Amino acid sequence: MRIGLDVGSTTLKCVVYEGESLVFQEYERHLSQVAEKASEMLRRVMERFPGEKRAKLCVSGSAGMGLSEDLGIPFVQEVYATRTAVKKYLPQADVVVELGGEDAKILFLSGSMEVRMNGSCAGGTGAFIDQMATLLDMTPGELDQTAAQSQRTYSIASRCGVFAKSDIQALLNQGAQKDDVAASILLAVVNQTIAGLAQGREIAGNVVYLGGPLTFLPQLRRAFDSVLGLSGHCPENSLYYVAAGAALSEDSQEFALRAVTEKIRNYSSSHNYQSGQALFASAGEYEEFTARHQRDSVPTGAPLKRDRAAYVGVDAGSTTLKAVAINSAGEIVCSRYLPNNGNPVPLVLEFLQDLYRDYPGIQIVGSASTGYGEEIIKNAFGLDFGIVETMAHFTAARKFQPDVDFIIDIGGQDIKCFKIKNGAIDNIFLNEACSSGCGSFLQTFAGALGYSMHDFAQQGLFAKDPVDLGSRCTVFMNSSVKQAQKDGASLGSISAGLSMSVVKNALYKVIRVTDAKSLGRHIVVQGGTFLNDAVLRAFEQEIGQTVTRPSVAGLMGAYGAALYAKERQDQTGGTQSGVLKPQELAGFRHEVKSVNCGGCQNHCRLTVNTFANGGKYIAGNRCDKPLQKHSPTAKYNLYDYKKSLLASYPPCGGKRGVIGIPMGLNLFELYPFWHTFFTRLGFGVAASPASDRTLYLKGQHTIPSDTVCYPAKLMHGHIEALLEQKPDAIFYPCMSYNFDEGLGDNHYNCPVVAYYPEVLDANVAALAETKFIYDYVGPHRPRDFPKKMAAILAKYFPGLPPREVKAAAQAAYEEYAAYMGRVRQKGEEYLAYAKENGLPVVVLSGRPYHLDPEINHGIDKLICECGAVVVSEDSVSHLVEKFSTGVLNQWTYHARLYAAAQFVAQSQDPRLNLVQLVSFGCGVDAITGDEVRSILEAGGKIYTQIKIDEITNLGAVRIRLRSLFAALGLGE
Amino acid sequence: MSGSVNRVEFTREMKKDYTILTPNMAPIHFELIKNVFNSFGYHLDLLHTTGREIVDEGLKYVHNDTCYPALLSIGQLMHALHSGRYDLNKVALIMTQTGGGCRASNYIHLLRKALKKDGLDYIPVISLNLSGMEQNSGFKMTLPMLRRAIAALTYGDLLMLLKNQTRPYERNPGQSAGLVQEWIQKLTGLFEAGRAFTQREVRAYFDQIAQSFADIPVDRSISRTKVGIVGEIYVKYSALANNGLEEFLFGQGCEVMVPGIMGFMIFKVDNRLEDIALYGGSPAKKQLCTMLKWYFSKFESDLIGAVKKFPQFTAPAPYAHLKQLAGQVIGYGCKMGEGWLLTAEVMELIENGYQNVVCTQPFGCLPNHIVGKGMIRKVKNVYPQANIVPIDYDPSATRVNQENRIKLMLSVAGA
Repeated sequence: MRIGLDVGSTTLKCVVYEGESLVFQEYERHLSQVAEKASEMLRRVMERFPGEKRAKLCVSGSAGMGLSEDLGIPFVQEVYATRTAVKKYLPQADVVVELGGEDAKILFLSGSMEVRMNGSCAGGTGAFIDQMATLLDMTPGELDQTAAQSQRTYSIASRCGVFAKSDIQALLNQGAQKDDVAASILLAVVNQTIAGLAQGREIAGNVVYLGGPLTFLPQLRRAFDSVLGLSGHCPENSLYYVAAGAALSEDSQEFALRAVTEKIRNYSSSHNYQSGQALFASAGEYEEFTARHQRDSVPTGAPLKRDRAAYVGVDAGSTTLKAVAINSAGEIVCSRYLPNNGNPVPLVLEFLQDLYRDYPGIQIVGSASTGYGEEIIKNAFGLDFGIVETMAHFTAARKFQPDVDFIIDIGGQDIKCFKIKNGAIDNIFLNEACSSGCGSFLQTFAGALGYSMHDFAQQGLFAKDPVDLGSRCTVFMNSSVKQAQKDGASLGSISAGLSMSVVKNALYKVIRVTDAKSLGRHIVVQGGTFLNDAVLRAFEQEIGQTVTRPSVAGLMGAYGAALYAKERQDQTGGTQSGVLKPQELAGFRHEVKSVNCGGCQNHCRLTVNTFANGGKYIAGNRCDKPLQKHSPTAKYNLYDYKKSLLASYPPCGGKRGVIGIPMGLNLFELYPFWHTFFTRLGFGVAASPASDRTLYLKGQHTIPSDTVCYPAKLMHGHIEALLEQKPDAIFYPCMSYNFDEGLGDNHYNCPVVAYYPEVLDANVAALAETKFIYDYVGPHRPRDFPKKMAAILAKYFPGLPPREVKAAAQAAYEEYAAYMGRVRQKGEEYLAYAKENGLPVVVLSGRPYHLDPEINHGIDKLICECGAVVVSEDSVSHLVEKFSTGVLNQWTYHARLYAAAQFVAQSQDPRLNLVQLVSFGCGVDAITGDEVRSILEAGGKIYTQIKIDEITNLGAVRIRLRSLFAALGLGE
Repeated sequence: MSGSVNRVEFTREMKKDYTILTPNMAPIHFELIKNVFNSFGYHLDLLHTTGREIVDEGLKYVHNDTCYPALLSIGQLMHALHSGRYDLNKVALIMTQTGGGCRASNYIHLLRKALKKDGLDYIPVISLNLSGMEQNSGFKMTLPMLRRAIAALTYGDLLMLLKNQTRPYERNPGQSAGLVQEWIQKLTGLFEAGRAFTQREVRAYFDQIAQSFADIPVDRSISRTKVGIVGEIYVKYSALANNGLEEFLFGQGCEVMVPGIMGFMIFKVDNRLEDIALYGGSPAKKQLCTMLKWYFSKFESDLIGAVKKFPQFTAPAPYAHLKQLAGQVIGYGCKMGEGWLLTAEVMELIENGYQNVVCTQPFGCLPNHIVGKGMIRKVKNVYPQANIVPIDYDPSATRVNQENRIKLMLSVAGA
């Protein structure tokens, strides 16, 4: 008898062979109890085959490694096991796609054999689908069924579960249909697998689908089929290939069954995992803690005052809906705290209906909404005000603790922290999309292990050795948990560890404190996640002091909104809210339509929500066009100006042939240079088309490193698009050095900008069919450049007279200088205009390629909509002298960034602020971000960073920008 | 001029009694170098601390998206400062600085920022570089020091290489590791006595070292999977960073080859000459580079010569050969970080029989997008038998995932 045991990240699979025939197979979730479940499974095998005393055994799977090492049971790597089994059962297979709980694998079997496994940062797996299903309040199976009904799909980031979550949340809040979202989730998994694993190799021929998700989710298989343009095959027993491969492994060894089962049962890892201090050493400690926090409870269920006046606040958050009604004394009359299940509208409807019913004669005087769903709720129910979340939270916290100097709110998806100085928000920290690790993560994790969030957290309260899980993004935490499981951590220790990591994440990733003890003296913690005692305790332990947790911690946003509505109405003497009346609510209707905007070439997919009262809410737009309202500053957007400048270098033909130039990375800035250079030389020039999602997808299969920044990834699409135009050559030079603008210590490009052409040549096979000129050039040395360039071009176009190259270079330098001059002049012009008219200015600082709307996602326009003038870093960097920085100032683009920050910091002008755009994966910005922050803070300025990736949830960006303007007392 | 305004200088006074804390990278090499420095009157303390606390200190004081090597080296130093073992008024820190276009040139500034955050910015930080950045009156790389340091690095390369090739076969476990320690002691003594660093002496000691390893009783009939390790220089060598990669591979029955530091030194010097070839300029100004390159190369060829005397050992190829290999797939202008040298090392390893290669890099390492993962396809076109696995390291990448991927590579190797 041969037994194969596959201990995956979430499930356990067992296969038994008697000779050549398969006699037993079983599958179950192990809920992290690897040893117990595995021994139980072996016991069942023994019961089934009582005559067998000895059997050959082999283990596979990531969670099986520990078992195998410590107990001396042979181990076979799971991909390899799959290969063994596929060879036996499906010898005709060309490619195997196997998705597991947390791993994704592709095996190319025919031709030269290759096996690929997802890297450390990859979310497109079973765990990802589970998380997304939880978000939609479905089981993965239901998600799959729902997807079958879909009409259309949206783009969702699949690289990282956290990114995807915020995309999905935005879609849901905008009113997108669940079936479409479900289908989009599955499509995202497919794209992730192909982009991350195929890496240029074509998936074709006889394709086999294996593993849990592909077995259980037919729509996922369909999505793979349709993207790959083939019909793959999911064989019988597709869950058991790894286990079968283990059973069939040559490495397996014979064991006495009873003994080995016993050994596994008694197995507790000999490894030590890193552990922290227990949350509570004793029940007494816990009691003291609970008693202390009970003091911060406030009455809810207060009656209406004689005036019957009430104010309503609604906080439509990422995962939950909070609604509060207060009386004229500011006491909470009634409240709701509900999961929003992706659609907050019916919940608010019910809340309002109940309010009218339970409090006859109620006079709603004012109403306000906040949170992700602020706009839709406001429009649907005719609320009076919208308030940005940060302000709502501050308003509420001040009510509880007038001296509050630090607020931290951990919600379902967001961490918000703000410092309060002199009664105003002084500094804001919001989590970046990639590092949340917030409430919804705890919930999903509890769900995956088969517990409710409450029970799960409860398990951790008294755990002796909480696992130290570090403080990184949730995807990483998944694998940290996996490691801890392997090392034998108990469920309680994992639970406590997760609570701690949420806290550490907030402190060290979001706020980036060095001394947690110096946050403030009057700290208010809020948000649903802090209702969890384990998280609260972990927070107090980490910062070493006690904090205030209002008993309505989860309601603070809504409470703040209600208070804000009251404040506003008190100020203006308003007596009547515009909120829908009972009879209007009775006839309430909500229709959702999806249309493509025809306003410009972006063709944004809009979701149009129409309500019975005629209220309308449009979402999905990247600009104001479909809303038909115009911001006064829309015309003062330097990003638009730069784009129009670039458009003034049109494609053209030439007697010496056409040079194709991909429009991305540094070429966004050097286009005027090279365009002039080549046209002077008698070449025509063709640029690749504007980036969009389709163009990206066209090139994604040749990206070798899935953690490189999005601007670099886009280059693959630009090259494919250029190749279609069939130019005589494609020109994209390598450049270690950029121009020296005299602002820094050196003038490098970053390694990716400098050398990405090497990656393209190495990985885009189709480039072999054309002349690809990617030599190393050095225009930073104008005297040497013409000669060097002539030598390079001679390799591809023999007979070019060096004299002409020299003249062309001369013209190119002049044109480049003229172009930069125009940008700077326009910058000064806009600054002057803003000064004259008292308008706020945002120096939107990034790199030249952040001009690309596919990269900046229209953030420039969003800022204009907020009523600010937008200038770019390169249009103001010349306005300061070279100054000394706290870091080595060695990259040209970043020298501009520091200079722009210095310009803002020195201005002493509250209207002038800087927002830094950072592409996800930009290692350089880990250094520049902190430096820019310190330059700005030295000038008393608030630092705002926006992290952008292939898909960016503009809802979160909007909150951030509005918070900035609110904190500054500007705009709105 | 960055940061120079408020920089705390390491003065001559300080040289007398300040302890200079040194983060560890390559244990054999750094131990030797430390002893060289100390023989010149400095008081270097090479940190051997490991464990989660190092990472935690790093996470606290360095931007979490910064590369792992910065996080660890700074974490190690901050941890030491907080340990209570040192008089904070009698301590200085040292950090290497390459001056290239990669983030690594900024480690020293990140360290200063960390100190500042902690109110320790009165502690002087010494930049160890060959580009003339940041001078200190109390710390000077003199020519005699430099010569001994270069010799020390090469000895380190040789000891590492021979240990890796002997240990998997030794009959008495621990013997090769013991021999390494013996040599470190012996060489240190010799350096102090002003010996063992001239070309002639070095050659003689190289031979002795090689002979001593060849004398270790071995059983070479044991079958070992040959695995090469390349990568970002810190992660490649530091067990703290790569989760004990060499030990893990050894435990999996592998013989590892890790290319030495000397190649990297020649590469960095050669880059300056290459810049002139590519972009123009006068080679006359770079005479020092030409000379250094020549000097380094002599050490390299002596090392190769010593190893080649023993057929049981595999000698690395000279720099010139690596450069030629790289030329088939990547441009010489690609110089940031490990640049084309990393790609060349992969190719050389494969040529030398180490066709299974672990390419280590800090998560998000920018140059490695290009020269590591970016070049695998081209390398495979040249060597279809190549079996390369890129592994990312960072504070929360888990060992289980890393090891699982390496095991996959090893199963392919065994197929």
